[in-house]
Amino acid sequence: MQRRRVLPGFGLSLGYVVTYLGLIVLLPLAALAWKASGVGLHQLLQLLSSPRTLAALRLSFGGALVAAVFNAVIGLLVAWVMTRYRFPGRRLLDAFIDLPFALPTAVAGIALTAIYAPNGWLGQWLVPLGIQIAYTPLGVMMAMVFVGFPFVVRTLQPVLEAMDRDVEEAAASLGATRLQTFMRVILPMLMPALLTGFALALARAVGEYGSVIFIAGNIPMHSEIAPLLIVEKLEQVDYAGAAALGVVMLCFSFVLLIVIARLQRWSGRWAERSA
Amino acid sequence: MRKIPFVLGVLATLAVASLQAKEVTLLNVSYDPTRELYRDVNQAFAAQWQTQHGDKLTVEMSNGGSGKQARSVIDGLPADVVTLALAYDIDVLADRKLLASDWQQRLPENASPYTSTIVFLVRKGNPKGIHDWADLIKPGLQVITPNPKTSGGARWNYLAAWGYALTQPGGDDNKARAFVSALYKNVPVLDTGARGSTNTFAQRGIGDVLLAWENEALLVQKQLGKDKFEIVTPSVSILAEPPVAVVDSNADKHGTRAVAEAYLKFLYTPEGQTIAAKNFYRPRSADIAAKFPGQFPTLKTFTVNEVFGDWRKAQTRFFNDGGEFDRLNQSR
Amino acid sequence: MKATPRVSRPVSWPRLLLHILLILIVVCFMGVFLLLPLATVFVEALRSGVHAFMQAIAQREALSSMRLTLFVAAIAVPLNLIFGVAAAWAMTRFEFRGKALLGTFIDLPFSVSPVISGLLYVLLFGAQGWFGPWLDQHGVRIIFAVPSLVLVTIFITLPFVARELIPLMQAQGSDEEEAARVLGASAWQMFFRVTLPNIRWALLYGVLLCKARAMGEFGAVSVVSGHIRGLTTTMPREVEMRYNEYDYVGAFAVASLLALLALLTLAVKTLLEWRYGDQIAQHTPAGH
Repeated sequence: MQRRRVLPGFGLSLGYVVTYLGLIVLLPLAALAWKASGVGLHQLLQLLSSPRTLAALRLSFGGALVAAVFNAVIGLLVAWVMTRYRFPGRRLLDAFIDLPFALPTAVAGIALTAIYAPNGWLGQWLVPLGIQIAYTPLGVMMAMVFVGFPFVVRTLQPVLEAMDRDVEEAAASLGATRLQTFMRVILPMLMPALLTGFALALARAVGEYGSVIFIAGNIPMHSEIAPLLIVEKLEQVDYAGAAALGVVMLCFSFVLLIVIARLQRWSGRWAERSA
Repeated sequence: MRKIPFVLGVLATLAVASLQAKEVTLLNVSYDPTRELYRDVNQAFAAQWQTQHGDKLTVEMSNGGSGKQARSVIDGLPADVVTLALAYDIDVLADRKLLASDWQQRLPENASPYTSTIVFLVRKGNPKGIHDWADLIKPGLQVITPNPKTSGGARWNYLAAWGYALTQPGGDDNKARAFVSALYKNVPVLDTGARGSTNTFAQRGIGDVLLAWENEALLVQKQLGKDKFEIVTPSVSILAEPPVAVVDSNADKHGTRAVAEAYLKFLYTPEGQTIAAKNFYRPRSADIAAKFPGQFPTLKTFTVNEVFGDWRKAQTRFFNDGGEFDRLNQSR
Repeated sequence: MKATPRVSRPVSWPRLLLHILLILIVVCFMGVFLLLPLATVFVEALRSGVHAFMQAIAQREALSSMRLTLFVAAIAVPLNLIFGVAAAWAMTRFEFRGKALLGTFIDLPFSVSPVISGLLYVLLFGAQGWFGPWLDQHGVRIIFAVPSLVLVTIFITLPFVARELIPLMQAQGSDEEEAARVLGASAWQMFFRVTLPNIRWALLYGVLLCKARAMGEFGAVSVVSGHIRGLTTTMPREVEMRYNEYDYVGAFAVASLLALLALLTLAVKTLLEWRYGDQIAQHTPAGH
């Protein structure tokens, strides 16, 4: 603790962060919560227990979870290959990683639908094989993978780049196999960043609307996402109902984020111990 | 020194000119498919207004989904006039005292200067042989229509189908419910907006028939090719009446009431009616309609008020939470 | 192409095969998931030739939407940059109560559905909202005008820089900064000479992401924009409008411009990396 005091700026940085967060994030969320409180408990329970709401929440959260796990695996691989290997076209490929952020979500949705629709570039080959992607839950997940992908790669890359190769070399020279080095040395060090990326990809996918809506099909009970239910509430000028659904989704995400933050601290400590 | 009177003279002239020729701005908040229509209307009306009053008029447009646009006006979008897809969206504005509740009586023809109806767009040659509403519930047929919960146009489609079943011999609510339910079982994709559905049908190649406003179907034919799609007009359909109104509180605040009212009345003039017809909306004036032979085939139509009371009742009964549309989805 | 210095170790055949396999997987994945959608955008944009493309983007509405999008990003990104650095500093250099909670709050904007994040500001500044009536009386327009576009964009992109910096600064530790302080550096000297050089690449990543997302966001911005064409229409909304007007070439032309803008910043980043590649290698911190 004594050591920490050497560093300046605690009051300034924390004060600034808390004020900024308060104005930009907490105040608006307070307005949302206040609006949501206009919905009675009974009405809320009725809303939440309706099979249609449940199905939509299941698709949004379940789909996002699958997409985030997929993104964590493939994102780790991509980040690894991008930072450790040299091959022609690497920088070009690296530049494309941020594409899902840069493309407007609606454009991404339209482009993905154009590719996977039965008359699309890939759809015309996949649909005859019985693999229907556009307008099914699979399509929803596809769009979710797309919007979440950069999070994992971009949180891992700086850490991988900064990571000391001496550790790996030392482990290797001590006779560890490649796999052992990866599992025992590298993965624990990457874990906090990987979990951050995973959490962000998950959180982003849960709420995503613009790109998912085009490819989802939006059939109730089957391919309808939770944000669409919110839009439907808004369409009836039912702000309280929309806010309530929004708060419910937010609470779910909040709990998920807290769990992941816990995991992160735990894995961070574990990495420190093992290093 | 002799220049001073000259300069004063110039300034005085400029001042008088600027007093006479004001710059007036009007904001028209509309729904998505009216952009082409109002681009023409705005041009014509601005020219007329300038010759009559000397003021330079700019009409700004905001286009979006009808319900969303109504909500934006509630939340403070400073619309002088609204031109939306259905009366309920203006009723919610009246509920919040943004305009008088008798708005629909302030202009002729239920405040709808132009109308349309719901028709079928099918692929060239009509391969599935679709001729009337009854053909839409054939098993295996794919019907494309947007989600009535999010799209105003889709609500007209829904009510058209319900009204058709009701007006058939022996038709009652139960039969209508069964018909609509069977129809929506054939819908593979519910887009959130009417244009989204058109894109799904035309671009993605999904579905055998698209339920669309007549003006939209004609526009699709014009834009995407007559050789690809055919319009099928059913025996009976709904008379879609997209309403217009001046938003009292905003127009008074901006001091634009006179020009806003003149703008909407212009829609009823022969010139306004001709522009509507050119943009594929059915004009109210029979004389103007007669100048577009073949564009608007005759069919039996019914209005929302005739069959469902009014838009408020229709909205509550069919589209609000727990309404007919929700119940239809629970049984699927 | 300059490779960063690596300890050379003889590469065995099986490992080389593994490298090639991994690279192939990555290339295939990115080809299908990222490049294909991008290719679709450009193919559609150029479907009717270069002339039609140029015509589509030279329209007044396209240009004004481009100006607006860049203007909004130019305000939102620097604000979030400062916030991100401050947040990362507080989060990684000090222990305090409620730190985990603060971290979660920083991430929160990502988990708010775009549909809701637009609504948030409507509830605050809309005519029926908390501050709406007061603002209206004083003639201040926030909602359905540029200020609300900026606010929503800040909200959506708020976590990016902080999230990029926190794991890195955690991994780096504070040894170098403490040493600088002990050696007599002032607070700002320490920040500009030690901290900033150490984090600049992550900072750059964060800013690029922030900027890309700020330009591409559609759903939330569309709630508060009012869609007045030529005034409050951003590029993503312009794309949607054109698509809905069956002007596919125009829609994809504007979309491809957005993609190009993003790729341009990435090209700058790549150039910087290539130019200063040696320095990056030097600045990888010593082990802890």
